[in-house]
Amino acid sequence: MPKRVGMEVSIAASEAVRLANVDAVAAYPITPQTHIVEHLSEFVANGELDAEFIPVESEHSAMSVCCGTSAAGARTFTCTSSQGLALMSEIVFIASAMQLPIVMILANRSLSGPLSIWNDHTDVMMVRDCGWIQAFGDNGQEIFDMTLAAFKIAEDHRVVLPFMVNMDGFILSHVIEPIELMDQETVDKFLPPYKPVYRLHPDNPVTMGAFAMPDLYTETKKAQDERLKASLPVIEEIWNEFGDLTGRYYHPVETYKAEDAKTLFITMGSFGETASTAVDAMREEGEKIGLCKIRLWRPFPYEAFWNAVKDVETLIVIDRATSYGGPGGPVASELRSALYTWDNPPKVVDFIAGLAGRDVAPRDYQEMYKRAQQRIASGDIAGYEIYGARE
Amino acid sequence: MKPADQMTWKDLNIGCVITEPGNAAEYKSGDWRSMRPVWDKDRCIQCGVCYIYCPDAAIYKTEDNYFEADLYYCKGCGICVRECITGAIRLVEEEE
Repeated sequence: MPKRVGMEVSIAASEAVRLANVDAVAAYPITPQTHIVEHLSEFVANGELDAEFIPVESEHSAMSVCCGTSAAGARTFTCTSSQGLALMSEIVFIASAMQLPIVMILANRSLSGPLSIWNDHTDVMMVRDCGWIQAFGDNGQEIFDMTLAAFKIAEDHRVVLPFMVNMDGFILSHVIEPIELMDQETVDKFLPPYKPVYRLHPDNPVTMGAFAMPDLYTETKKAQDERLKASLPVIEEIWNEFGDLTGRYYHPVETYKAEDAKTLFITMGSFGETASTAVDAMREEGEKIGLCKIRLWRPFPYEAFWNAVKDVETLIVIDRATSYGGPGGPVASELRSALYTWDNPPKVVDFIAGLAGRDVAPRDYQEMYKRAQQRIASGDIAGYEIYGARE
Repeated sequence: MKPADQMTWKDLNIGCVITEPGNAAEYKSGDWRSMRPVWDKDRCIQCGVCYIYCPDAAIYKTEDNYFEADLYYCKGCGICVRECITGAIRLVEEEE
């Protein structure tokens, strides 16, 4: 077994991209994603990665270049964050409609304004409906693993879709963690060279990105939706294959101490780590509480979610983005919707917390648990509470 | 390939890639037309300016060296009418 080494998570992420032997990288540096781009640039400059590193003048160009290289049949990677994602968002939607299997790490950071470089999920929620596969990692090892597996999933001919790996900015990107890397031989066995279904080549000309009239557009969207939904079993299959190879198994929805729990915290990304510490402490105090982590955000894993929450009374959702004037944070809104057809669904109590890097410590989970009890007792569980905002 | 308005979502290739080169020619842009160009052979000097300026290449030369619009493609934009040196082309309303 390879040994675990201490390294910054951004370096581990770039190691995953190097091991995936990508053919093209186009990216524009933005905090907190910068170290990934820097390291990939070094790899290419030092001859450690045989790829085209294409410096661009903006994220809009970065994603545009990625579409071009992917369409030409190159294994393509980019990464961005926050405002960068906003700037490239036009092309993000096009990449999925054209089914270009680009892999992107999104170092999650809040959107301006006010200007902030710190971590929350407002950037990914902005492009929630972009048609990419979207998954979250809790820690550095998971980011490394998710990134490697992402290429295999994205390029699988049953899928052929772009894949967004969400990595909490700073909380993960800038932290040094023990990471178990993989050797090139193992990776090569897991991840064969990219074989595109279609590619731009003079010997076999095709049209990509054609326009669609009203008499066909609806069918294109139906096809895109079915395609994304059909990727779910393939994602599970490839994560299982990755588990067989490394001993590290991943699932669309994962639970912790949930067997007899009456209440579950729902988290996405690195908050799952702190939440599990809080659950440990609360379990010692006799609370029947557990944790449910949503790893796969799109396609949304309904069956796995329903299965995880079928026996609980209350879900405490930690949302990390605000839907201003809406029914709740994006996660809670969707979970409520997913439970709408149940006769006795669990109560969904929504807290918006950890905005722009504000710490959410184990004691905050305990506090949110108390607040949830109060809100349930008073019948006030509609909507959401922006947790910790000073009154 | 089926006409676009008969295709189902299952007929679409991955990423809506089009593998049949040049099939835009099947698209009947003539459906857009509300007025159609008509040539007056008495005024036409057979210079071909209409043929050159047509943005859809929908004007062709007839066997007697005059010009006509291919109504499968002609959108009735009127550029030929505007560019004709002798005023030999006019637009007439399409009948319902």
